[in-house]
Amino acid sequence: MTTMNKLLVRLHNVVKHFDISGGFLDRISFTQGRPCLRSTTVKAINSVSLDIFQGEILSIVGESGCGKSTLGRTILGLYPPTSGEIYFQDTRVDNLSSDAWLPFRRQMQMVFQDPYASLNPRMTVRQILEEPVRFHFPELKTPEVRDKVSEVMLQVGVDPAWAGRFPHEFSGGQRQRISIARALMVDPMFIVADEPISALDVSIQAQILNLIMDCQERFGLTYMFITHDLSVVEHISTRVAVMYLGTLCELANKEQLYQEPLHPYSRALLSAIPKLGITNFDHIRLKGEVPTPINLPSGCVFHTRCPYTNKRCQQEMPTLLTASNGTMVACHGVEEGRI
Amino acid sequence: MAQHPLLQVQDLVVKFRLRFGDLTALNGINFTLAPGERMGLVGESGAGKSVAGFSIINLISKPGFIASGRVLFEGEEISSYPLEHMRDIRGNRISMIFQDPMMTLNPVLTIGTQMVETILAHSKVSTAHAREIALEKLAKVYISSPGKRLGQYPHELSGGMRQRVVIAISLLTNPSLIIADEPTTALDVTIQAEVMALLLELCKNERMGLILITHDLGVVSQVTEKIAVMYAGRIVEQGPTKNIITSPKHPYTQGLIKALPQAENTGRRLYQIPGMMPNLTSIPPGCAFHPRCDQAMPMCRDHTPVLCTLEPGLTQVACHLYGTSKEKA
Ligand SMILES: Nc1ncnc2c1ncn2[C@@H]1O[C@H](COP(=O)(O)OP(=O)(O)OP(=O)(O)O)[C@@H](O)[C@H]1O
Ligand SMILES: Nc1ncnc2c1ncn2[C@@H]1O[C@H](COP(=O)(O)OP(=O)(O)OP(=O)(O)O)[C@@H](O)[C@H]1O
Ligand code: SF4
Ligand SMILES: [Mg+2]
Ligand SMILES: [Mg+2]
Repeated sequence: MTTMNKLLVRLHNVVKHFDISGGFLDRISFTQGRPCLRSTTVKAINSVSLDIFQGEILSIVGESGCGKSTLGRTILGLYPPTSGEIYFQDTRVDNLSSDAWLPFRRQMQMVFQDPYASLNPRMTVRQILEEPVRFHFPELKTPEVRDKVSEVMLQVGVDPAWAGRFPHEFSGGQRQRISIARALMVDPMFIVADEPISALDVSIQAQILNLIMDCQERFGLTYMFITHDLSVVEHISTRVAVMYLGTLCELANKEQLYQEPLHPYSRALLSAIPKLGITNFDHIRLKGEVPTPINLPSGCVFHTRCPYTNKRCQQEMPTLLTASNGTMVACHGVEEGRI
Repeated sequence: MAQHPLLQVQDLVVKFRLRFGDLTALNGINFTLAPGERMGLVGESGAGKSVAGFSIINLISKPGFIASGRVLFEGEEISSYPLEHMRDIRGNRISMIFQDPMMTLNPVLTIGTQMVETILAHSKVSTAHAREIALEKLAKVYISSPGKRLGQYPHELSGGMRQRVVIAISLLTNPSLIIADEPTTALDVTIQAEVMALLLELCKNERMGLILITHDLGVVSQVTEKIAVMYAGRIVEQGPTKNIITSPKHPYTQGLIKALPQAENTGRRLYQIPGMMPNLTSIPPGCAFHPRCDQAMPMCRDHTPVLCTLEPGLTQVACHLYGTSKEKA
């Protein structure tokens, strides 16, 4: 990062497992003639530690199911972490009661992939935008709330005269602007944007990316930006976190990562980006299939597919270490200098 | 004997009969594909890409219909074929791959059963021989332990594997044309690259023609030799992939490319094409793109530009900026 910014969000060894065993009867199984209780857990996030600095756009990338959305939702308190700590500014927030959590809920907002599903179809845009303000700022009078609605609608580029309309009367791009407006209504500091442009056409994606960058610049907003589009990541991020099977493999400045990815998984991922004008495929082919987060591989979670695996990789889990170029990377091969 | 082009689409018009009137989804499109040639069909959602793909193999069903125009496949006019005959061509010589592999795969049958049945329906071979063909095609798409896969159900495979199985199935009858509608849109980048590289390799080795329908210009530029850009039911620009990507002529194509995040514009504001694509029930008169075009001239409002060749063999564009002949709207 160019300037040393203030720490806004800090994750320390955050783990999120989902128990999907079902009811008591579903869990009984017979093993070697004896009944026993079986439990199945999805290990969606496995001991992730990372810092998010004020004013940055931190992108989270990785294959479908690697835990990107779960990570975002856990930070926002939508899922209680299984273990680990989450700090917002200097306050630990993962163990707060719902009352104590309230002021933080305003500070941290979420924008979802599907603007169709995330806006209530029976509410007008005005109602959608007023609701969070009335909830978090009950002291505001009606005219003040109305002014705020007009102001934010202007900021996101939707004509305030249309506030009386319903979501279905807007195009996909306009609807996504309205979801962003809803998040902006309560003056948040931090926004988790989970695939906010994936459902939109290229020409409309540009509008939303511009809006996201504008808000970063104008209000100093901090984002966690979740996406699978690596060209978009290169365009807007300050730093990038690469995840694989619920584990953080690499955390790097955007330029650093795109110039010189270190982790073998990041290398494969970045080599596969389809680019305009590149007419051949020289992506790194990974062997095998992604294992399930129910049965995580031992040692490095990537070792079953990694071209550089050795015995240590199969047994010992690598920790996130700072490499010589400042990138944080969890890989024995990089640490040993053999990659 | 002069060789026929693989596919000729001539003035194809496809409409949907809706309650409030007809919707024109394809408004007279023309293109030709040589044997083994790979073409990309790109454009925004609703431009008519899928309708174009479906109508080539006469898969448009009510309320849609081919209102006029012709489709010639290896020189034969197939747009007027009776359904029975069409079914033969569809399965044998033209294959289609969809975004969702489960549109092709039957969830309750094993991969083996589906493949063997497809082969038996199209050629007179023994079941044992059909199994061998199935194994050979699975190996061609790099499915590991193909013998074991034959006994598995679609849900037991990953998304990327499922799409490779669909490709294997589409190869069973040795088609000369594959129409692939967003075949990798639902897949992760690493798997997308794998599947596209495979499709490209197969097309080259077997000299199969490909129509790749997608909104991803990056993918198109990796795989195809030419591109047709669609807007509101028309082809507004077509030509060699390299020319379209490096020097697009139509303001719409220029906008699409400028809107993409690329290494050169990192961190800067992206170009935004103003407005949105019109609803196809109310296509603006003149050039359908004129309300969004930053280079529009008065004549664009009432004269529809037709596709004209700028340089022989290179880009064709439908835009008044290039002084092309006009057609009264
Ligand atoms: N509420 C839940 N209950 C049980 N398992 C869940 C739940 N939410 C997520 N998971 C599982 O946790 C893992 C991580 O899922 P997550 O949605 O975070 O992935 P993702 O990286 O966002 O993927 P995508 O790119 O497909 O959105 C997956 O295996 C998923 O099935
Ligand atoms: N069965 C149908 N009934 C009525 N209209 C239809 C039908 N199928 C397609 N259309 C219309 O035809 C037009 C073109 O649709 P098409 O599916 O070809 O778009 P596309 O370019 O493939 O878009 P996308 O990128 O979203 O797949 C659209 O306006 C659509 O509403
Ligand atoms: S730790 Fe070993 S297996 Fe894991 S990525 Fe590095 S080299 Fe590959
Ligand atoms: Mg997700
Ligand atoms: Mg389509």
